[in-house]
Amino acid sequence: MLNAIASLTTLGLLLGLLLAVAARFLRVAADPLVGELESLMPGSQCGQCGFPGCAPAAEALVAGEAPVTLCPPGGRALAGQLATRLGVTVDLSGVADKPPSIAVIDEQRCIGCTRCLKVCPTDAIVGASKQIHAVIRDACTGCEQCLDTCPTDCVVMHEIQPTLQSWHWPLPVLAA
Amino acid sequence: MKLFRIRGGVHPAGRKEATRDLPIETMPLPGRLYLPVQQHIGAPAAPAVKVGERVLRGQLLAHSQGAVSAPIHAPTSATVADIADLPAPHPSGLAVRTVVLAPDGLDEAVDRETVADPLSLSPGEIATLVGAAGIVGMGGATFPAAVKLNLPRRQPIHTLVINGAECEPFLTCDERLMRERGDAVIAGIRLMARALGVQRTLVAIEDNKPEARAMMVAAAAGVDDFRVLGVPTRYPMGSEKHLVQTLTGLETPARELTADLGVVVHNVATAHAVYRALYHGEPCISRVVTVSGGATQRPANLEVRLGTRVTDLLNHCGGFRETPARLLAGGPMMGQMLPHQRVPIVKGSSGILALTGAETAGRREMPCIRCGSCVEACPCGLLPLAMAAHGRAGDLEGAARHGLMDCVSCGACAYTCPSHIPLVQIFHHARGALAARQRVAHKAEETRHLSQRREARLAREQAHKAAEAAARKAAREAANKARAAAREAAS
Repeated sequence: MLNAIASLTTLGLLLGLLLAVAARFLRVAADPLVGELESLMPGSQCGQCGFPGCAPAAEALVAGEAPVTLCPPGGRALAGQLATRLGVTVDLSGVADKPPSIAVIDEQRCIGCTRCLKVCPTDAIVGASKQIHAVIRDACTGCEQCLDTCPTDCVVMHEIQPTLQSWHWPLPVLAA
Repeated sequence: MKLFRIRGGVHPAGRKEATRDLPIETMPLPGRLYLPVQQHIGAPAAPAVKVGERVLRGQLLAHSQGAVSAPIHAPTSATVADIADLPAPHPSGLAVRTVVLAPDGLDEAVDRETVADPLSLSPGEIATLVGAAGIVGMGGATFPAAVKLNLPRRQPIHTLVINGAECEPFLTCDERLMRERGDAVIAGIRLMARALGVQRTLVAIEDNKPEARAMMVAAAAGVDDFRVLGVPTRYPMGSEKHLVQTLTGLETPARELTADLGVVVHNVATAHAVYRALYHGEPCISRVVTVSGGATQRPANLEVRLGTRVTDLLNHCGGFRETPARLLAGGPMMGQMLPHQRVPIVKGSSGILALTGAETAGRREMPCIRCGSCVEACPCGLLPLAMAAHGRAGDLEGAARHGLMDCVSCGACAYTCPSHIPLVQIFHHARGALAARQRVAHKAEETRHLSQRREARLAREQAHKAAEAAARKAAREAANKARAAAREAAS
C-alpha cells in the first residue's frame, strides 16, 4: 500500500517536473499567422465551427486541421480571404453564403427567462428576469447562439435589408 | 486672368437649346408634397412634427442631427398628412423616411426675423443662419453648405470659387438663375465670401453661356475682389477639383479636398439659396429644375417647391411625347437613374430628364481593345481600363491601387469608350463594394471589442462571486468561533 502510494507520487512529481522543464525550454512562440487569421474572423466566439472560439479555430486552421470553410457567420467572403492567406485553393461554390441577418425577439412570445442573454457572445440582448428582452441591432452578429436556448422559440433571424446608405450598384453584366 | 489647362475631358453635345432661352416658370403647388428627411450628405434629419399638425411655409419639419446634416422646412402651409417610409429619388428605389404634406393652398408663411443688413453679420453668424436654413450644395453634391462656410476656423481659406460652369448637357437651371437673378446670386456670393473671409472670389462660367456671363459681370460691377471668368466648355469643367485647377493652376492632391489648397467651391444655385435665406428669411424650400430630354412634351425651367413629385412636374410640362427609355435626376453624364416617377424633387435635383431610346443608345459592349481613349479622357489622370479590369474581376484592392478612390465618377471614360464598356458603372460598383467590405471589417472589429468586454464582465462577476463567497465563509467561521468562545465561557 505505502509502496504503491510512494511510487505513484514520485512518478507524478518526476513527470510534472519533466513537463515544467519542457514547457520552459521547448516553448514554441505563438505562430503570428494565428493572430492574423484570428483578426480576419468575426471574433464573436460563437462556437459554430466546433471550436471553443475564434482563436482556437485560427490555430486549427494554421495546423491544417480545419477547412477554410469552417466559419458559418464569415460565409463565402471569409472563406475566400482565409484561402488566399493560407495559400490554398478551395471550391467556394459549396459554401452557403448566408445573407447577413440579425436576431429579433418576438415580444408576444418572450417570457423573460434570460437564457438567451446568457449565451449571447456580444451581450447584444438586454433584458431581466420576467421582462421582455430586446436585441441591440448594432451589436448582434447573427451568430444564432440564442436560437436554440429559447424555450418558446421566440427568437427569429431577420435578414438585414439594404438601406440607402448600404445599397450599392451591382456589377454591370457583360452583354452576351 | 491666366487660365490653366486640365487634362482629359470630353465634349458631349450640349443639348441646352431646348431650355436655355426659356424663362424660369413658377410651378403651381401640387396636391401633395413628399419631403424625405435625407436630402443631403450626412446624418438624416429627425422629424420635428406630428401627423395631423398644421405647418406654415418655412416652418421646421425635421431638425439636423450631428455636425454634418441639414434641417428640412415646410415648402408651403399645409397639414402633415403622414410620416412614412416612401421611395427615395435614388436608383435603388429604396424607402426613406418621408414627411408627406397636404398643402392648404393658402401658402401662409411662418413669422420670421430678417436681418436689416445681412452683410454686417459676423462670418460665424452667416454660417449659422445658412445652416439653419438647411442649405446644401445645390449643384447636386448636397453637402451641407454651412460646414463648408465654417472651414476657415479649421484651415486657411483664401479663395472662393463660384461654380457656374454647368457642364452637364441639357441642364440650364444655373444659367437661367444667373441670367434672371444675377443680382441675387451676386448678393449671395458676397455673403459667402464674407463668411469665408477670402481675399478673392472667382465666378467661373463656361464659354457657352455668354449671356449669363454678361449678366453676372454687370451684377458684379462695383464689387471689389470679384472676378467673373469664362472657362472653356469642356466636360467635366464643373467638377470642383478641375474647376479649381483651371482657375488657379493648383491640382488637388490624391484623396484630398480643394479646401486643403485653401479654395472653397460653391454652386451658383447655393449662392442664390443663401441670398433667399439671409435677405428674405426663406429657408431652402424651392429650387430651379430643368425639365428636358427628347421624350418630354414641353421642356422647361421650373421653380419647384421641394417635395413636388416628378410625375407632377412632367404632367405640368404636358407629359411625354413618347415613352422615355430612361428617367434621370440630374444631368445625363452623372445623373441618377430614377426607378419611377413617384419620387420627389429634393434639394440636389438640378434636372429631370426623360431621354428617348435614341438619346440613351443602349449600345452593345465589346471587348477592350486597349486603345487608351479612356486614359486620354480621364481628367484625373487615372487608367480607367486597368481599374475596370480589376473591378470586374472582383479585385477591389487592385482597383483601389489604380486610384479608384480618386475617380470623380464623371463618366468621361465610359462616354468616350469605342467598345462601349460601362467603365464608370463598374467603378460605382467597385466603390460601393469596397465600402461594404469596410463596413464588415468595422463590424468585426466592434464585435471583437464587445466579446472582449463580455469576457471581462464574466471574469469580473466570477471574481465578485468568489469574493462574496469568501467573505461569507469568513463571516461564518468568525460567527462559529465566537459561538464556540461563548459556549466555552458559559461552561
